[in-house]
Amino acid sequence: MNSERPRLISLRNPWFTASVGGTLVVLLFSMFVGFIWLPSAQNDALFKGLLDSICSAAGVPRAWLSETSPPVTPQQPVSSVVLTPEMLIGPDTRGSIGRGATLALRCTMCHGARGVSAANTPNLAGQYGPSIYKELRDFQSGARTSAVMAPMVVGLGDQDLRDLSNYYASLPRANSTSAPSAPDIVATGAPMRNIAPCGSCHGGMVNKLGAPWLSPQPRSYLKDQLEAFAQGTRHNDISAQMRNIARNMTPDEIDASVGYYAGNK
Amino acid sequence: MISNKRLVLAHFWLAFGVFGLAILLGEWQMFIRSPLHAWIRDPDLYYRSVTAHGTVMGYVFPTLIAMGLGYAISELALDQPLVGRRWAWVGYALIIIGSIAAVVPVAMGLDSVLYTFYPPMIGNAFYYIGVVLVVVGSWIWVALMGINLHVWKRAHPGAPVPLAMFANVAGAYLWAWTAVGAALELLFQILPVALGFTSTINAGLSRVLFSWTLHAIVYFWLMPTYIAFYTIVPRAIGGRLYSDTMARISFALFLVFAMPIGIHHLFADPQVGAGFKFVHSVFTALVAVPTFLTVFTICASVEIAARLRGGKGAFGWLKALPWDNPQMLALAFSFVLLGFGGAGGLINMSYQLDSTIHNTQWITGHFHLIFGGAIVIMYFAIAYDLWPHLTGRAMLDLGLIRAQLWLWFVGMIVLTFPWHYAGILGMPRRMAYYDYTAPGMAAEGITVVMSVIGGALLVLSAILFFTVLYRNHSATRVEPAPFTFSKAVHEPTSLPLALNGLGLWVALMIVLTITNYGYPIVQLIGLHNADVPAVFVGAKR
Repeated sequence: MNSERPRLISLRNPWFTASVGGTLVVLLFSMFVGFIWLPSAQNDALFKGLLDSICSAAGVPRAWLSETSPPVTPQQPVSSVVLTPEMLIGPDTRGSIGRGATLALRCTMCHGARGVSAANTPNLAGQYGPSIYKELRDFQSGARTSAVMAPMVVGLGDQDLRDLSNYYASLPRANSTSAPSAPDIVATGAPMRNIAPCGSCHGGMVNKLGAPWLSPQPRSYLKDQLEAFAQGTRHNDISAQMRNIARNMTPDEIDASVGYYAGNK
Repeated sequence: MISNKRLVLAHFWLAFGVFGLAILLGEWQMFIRSPLHAWIRDPDLYYRSVTAHGTVMGYVFPTLIAMGLGYAISELALDQPLVGRRWAWVGYALIIIGSIAAVVPVAMGLDSVLYTFYPPMIGNAFYYIGVVLVVVGSWIWVALMGINLHVWKRAHPGAPVPLAMFANVAGAYLWAWTAVGAALELLFQILPVALGFTSTINAGLSRVLFSWTLHAIVYFWLMPTYIAFYTIVPRAIGGRLYSDTMARISFALFLVFAMPIGIHHLFADPQVGAGFKFVHSVFTALVAVPTFLTVFTICASVEIAARLRGGKGAFGWLKALPWDNPQMLALAFSFVLLGFGGAGGLINMSYQLDSTIHNTQWITGHFHLIFGGAIVIMYFAIAYDLWPHLTGRAMLDLGLIRAQLWLWFVGMIVLTFPWHYAGILGMPRRMAYYDYTAPGMAAEGITVVMSVIGGALLVLSAILFFTVLYRNHSATRVEPAPFTFSKAVHEPTSLPLALNGLGLWVALMIVLTITNYGYPIVQLIGLHNADVPAVFVGAKR
């Protein structure tokens, strides 16, 4: 080994200069086209100048949306509840359930002593906590209207609603009486009418956050709610998910899905 | 001479074993969503199957092939016993443990997230941990390949590294670096949620990190195929490799250009700026350079074989080729499939053209044509070439082998060509069922039925493949001639430093990753309001 041993990283090594130089040329050329030339060619009134074109091509968030028109104000109160999977899990979940049990005494006349009732009100035992919490908040804000429920929740604080939700979620769920084979609308939906399978959110196959467990719920309650969604009289579903689905369902499909989830209720 | 026949055979058999199971799942998926079957009542079964099929075919199968071939090459090309044999078995065990840990929760329906993970969907942590174990197992192989080359270089200072080993280590280093993206995603984004430490995830950042892996992994799958093109086929058909230098440059360029291009998978993603999408598009186009270098070099090598066999004329030599030789047949099929797949890829990599087929069945057709077609058919060829050296028994079923390769070729075309067409018609991918009765979709039904038939041909071909390999284990014992790799027309006596090691190319790969991925990743890491709640799958019923 003498001092004239060839070196890999050296400007005298043509392999090094050609490969690094070539790569650099391609990189600089593509960056010039992608970050300067093409954005400038867009002639967008909001992106004038070199810095703006580079920032827009790099995806730097800018405040240019502020110049557009403000969002349309809805004519009726809409749900503003944000749900996350662990929102109800706190350090003192057991205490929360206990307080909820006390608060729930005011609910028993309609929803039953243990969250199950024959009064055609929703069964709450074993319902997902976030689903109960969202509905309670919507009753408070007026996003969901009910002459009975609104006065019941008007005086309750946010923690009260969380406690109630935790309590009902902790109760044992009523035995599902669903028929073994789900109707088409529950199992497969109707893809060409943009109807997802009921079971893909509401139990049967999987559950999605915010979607209530439906099996079993009273027949008349389920049917009333589906029709209210279809007519738009119930409108606390975020992004109109259920209104768009229910509106596209045929009366037969409504009956089939209600029949499946109600079982013999 | 391979002294670790059991190690190599274990890798190959496990690879082909899981491949055999996954191909059945694939055909079931094709059938279940075709008009030949009523709508599946529990779509989750479909997604479980897709997850298992993708995980096995994308991670386990090709990784094991690359590892098995790598161990064989290390001994055959360097002519030295494998250094770190025990570690190799540790890596193998990790892959088995990882595969089981991943596939069991998938079968139970706890991880129907598909092999690309799709955050913010989050499944059971065992699936992700299993995938990490598979990757860690393969990193042991990466380290062993580097160490074995190092040991050889120390013993042979200045001598040219055998081409097969050069390419093999290039593939190993490519995998080492490309797997980092998915590893970062799993360790810092997905697993903290899956294990319950947090409930939100930066889905945009996760997708960018995955794209780091998602395209370069294809070139890792491709490496054994290219190694076979350059170092097995010319020898097997009685020719010479046209240029050793071209071969090395191709592998080096794959190393450089495989990485900084993955964002072309995110053309429709809003979290990445258009400028970076364009830059990645340009670098994707550059992959054509090593690809065409290879096509040219291999065609020239094949022509040498033909002329040595007495072929004449501008194209007349094609007739003189040994078409009954399985290696010749496999190479020709692989090139045809690569040609069609590459042409389709030009659409995918173009920022504007991509929007016409983005997330349609075209994409699924494309990667099946490239991976299942051009790449896997050469995996078969590698197995056929290597098997007699591993079992010490004669490979006698040449007719069966030819039938198998023909069936795979025809089956892959019947599977993927209608698949591409369905994509042009706008058929979305990742759907468990389609309403073929709708007037707008009626035309798509027949294409899916054709693909089902193509899939059935592939299953038949796989059965033939297993028959050939299995029968070889009880064939007549022979003493096979020593294994050799292709000889180049001009065998290298000394090589420039750049082509006798991978340092320069690995450095370029890393630098280009930083220039092309650095800013989007850093920007998204700082964008905390991009965290979204995780969507847990398979948790509650």
